[in-house]
Amino acid sequence: MLWGLAILLVFQLLGELIVASLALPIPGPVVGMMLLFVALLVRGGPPASLTNAAKGLLNHLSLFFAPAGVGVVAYLTLIRKEWLPITVALVGSTLITLTVTALGMQALARGHRERQPHD
Amino acid sequence: MTSLAARWVALATTPLVWLSATLLIYLAAQWAYERSRLAWLNPVLTSIAVVAALLLLTRTPYSAYFEATRFIHFLLGPATVALAVPLYERIARLRHMLGPVTVGLALGGITAILSAVAIGRALGASRPTLLSLAPKSVTTAIAMGVSEKIGGIPSLTAVLVILTGIIGAISADALFRLLRIHDDSIRGFAIGLASHGIGTARAFQMSAETGAFSGLGMGLNGVFTALVLPLLVDLVGGLW
Repeated sequence: MLWGLAILLVFQLLGELIVASLALPIPGPVVGMMLLFVALLVRGGPPASLTNAAKGLLNHLSLFFAPAGVGVVAYLTLIRKEWLPITVALVGSTLITLTVTALGMQALARGHRERQPHD
Repeated sequence: MTSLAARWVALATTPLVWLSATLLIYLAAQWAYERSRLAWLNPVLTSIAVVAALLLLTRTPYSAYFEATRFIHFLLGPATVALAVPLYERIARLRHMLGPVTVGLALGGITAILSAVAIGRALGASRPTLLSLAPKSVTTAIAMGVSEKIGGIPSLTAVLVILTGIIGAISADALFRLLRIHDDSIRGFAIGLASHGIGTARAFQMSAETGAFSGLGMGLNGVFTALVLPLLVDLVGGLW
């Protein structure tokens, strides 16, 4: 578990270093995640300690959002002023995204099947 | 009595009070959600709402609260890195759906960003709001990082992301019925792409296949949005 946590922190550190030295517009932990993913592909899977540490953290992912999320108290006036565009954009965009993604994938999966009838 | 009050005042300035309050509120929110299984009782949303109400009631400045709970916030970083593990576990499923998944990712990832910005802009949202809205479909850890990078408001993004997840989790099943989408892998991928972890939790209730593809959609769109959104803002962000 501790060994797994150390692996996660080292990959985050690597990600932050790369982002800072190349001035990339991506969050450091995202680069750390991609590096770890590649490392898992090369290694052929995570060691048990890493699986445990990852599951332990991801099980309580919701908790880690609280400190930053509570920061919304500083923007209550903005939300009160712009609640209509925010609400319509969230509902509209989520429904449109679900529709476009699913229909696009279905069209391609169907075309794939028709071209390869014996597959 | 005065000494007790004095001790409380001294304690209240240490991280201990808000750290334990946050943990207890989160555990209670988690318990209420597991008991009720109501999508809108999402533990992230209720924890934030209860803590925010407490801050307003006790007139505690947010900066003091954030200082006290910095340790919890820090864990977002390693947790984001940890997303590589479940993503790796789904690599085999990805291989036979590579074509549809690639198209769905590119199409859906761009749609999630542009449709939110377009609707918000048409209805008169301000620029900081639009930039905070843009990464709303991806998992909070990534969305907040991207929001900060492109000039949005990370904590506003956190709340918008959570609301997006709840909207997706509530509406996906009915929408797919209406659109006659029956393939579990497609349903799952679209849910995860549009509404990240909260949608994924809902997808796992539909079927194991739907859940696994939802996790895949969430992970891939997280990376896609982190890479594409900053470039998109550089290219067309001037128009937003």
